[in-house]
Amino acid sequence: MTLTLTHYLVLSAILFSIGIAGVLRRKNLLMLFFATEIMLNAANIAFAAISSYIGDLSGQMFALFIIAIAASEVAVGLGLLILIYKKYGTLDLDKFTVMKG
Amino acid sequence: MEAVAFYIFAVLITGLFLITAMSKNILYAMSSLAAGMVLISGLFFILGADFLGAVQLVVYSGAIMALYAFGMMFFDATRDVKEKNSSGAVVFLLSGLSAVILVAIFAAPSIGKGIKPLVTGAAGVDNPHAIGEVLFTKYLIPFEVAAVMLLVAMIAGIILASKKMDKSLSEVYVDALPEVEEKEQK
Repeated sequence: MTLTLTHYLVLSAILFSIGIAGVLRRKNLLMLFFATEIMLNAANIAFAAISSYIGDLSGQMFALFIIAIAASEVAVGLGLLILIYKKYGTLDLDKFTVMKG
Repeated sequence: MEAVAFYIFAVLITGLFLITAMSKNILYAMSSLAAGMVLISGLFFILGADFLGAVQLVVYSGAIMALYAFGMMFFDATRDVKEKNSSGAVVFLLSGLSAVILVAIFAAPSIGKGIKPLVTGAAGVDNPHAIGEVLFTKYLIPFEVAAVMLLVAMIAGIILASKKMDKSLSEVYVDALPEVEEKEQK
């Protein structure tokens, strides 16, 4: 049994849906960040698989840039998280509701 | 042989990421995320993307997870996170549907017949060599922009995290609590 591109795309879809489910149901900001990392990784798998099966290096380039973007996102995001934690003493999203509606 | 490795990696990655998305403990979530990222680099090696696998190991499971680990020292990581979850079934349905649609939309062109590779890289060299040649010719400007972006992110991270660094966190925390409570009472 040989591996096809579909195997990788199905795996990528599964991981991506896990990430989206995490983003939708998580209420803790740090956990939300973890879920976004899962989604980025799923996209990376799809990029690398398509790139490898078609023989085009652009997909791997995109995956590299996604990794760079993820690194800077984590640096800025963690700084913001630390600020929020210092201000409110919690990372719970429900505690940040300022508007009364 | 490759198929066996792929299935082992796929099952392990899915399980570990499920733990990350569902666990109540931040520490468990973070360690399973790190383990999953190491295994994803295994997938890249199977695909022949050696350079990408090495970058995944170094940057993702090295730098990013270390950053999270350091960031967690600021937060209370030993306590379980309490989350108020409503309508779990709807969330799962929505996320599954949207993910399948997204992946179908973006992956459908790649399964088509008349696709020709545009950037093939140099022939007869190994993957890191080919990637280097493409990265420093066709993708040179995005590469430089990414470098500037990383610099900006580093400065932003330093400035954001070092605000009020002279006060201890517990001190700030005690000061901040009454404010929150007052807001809630209003």
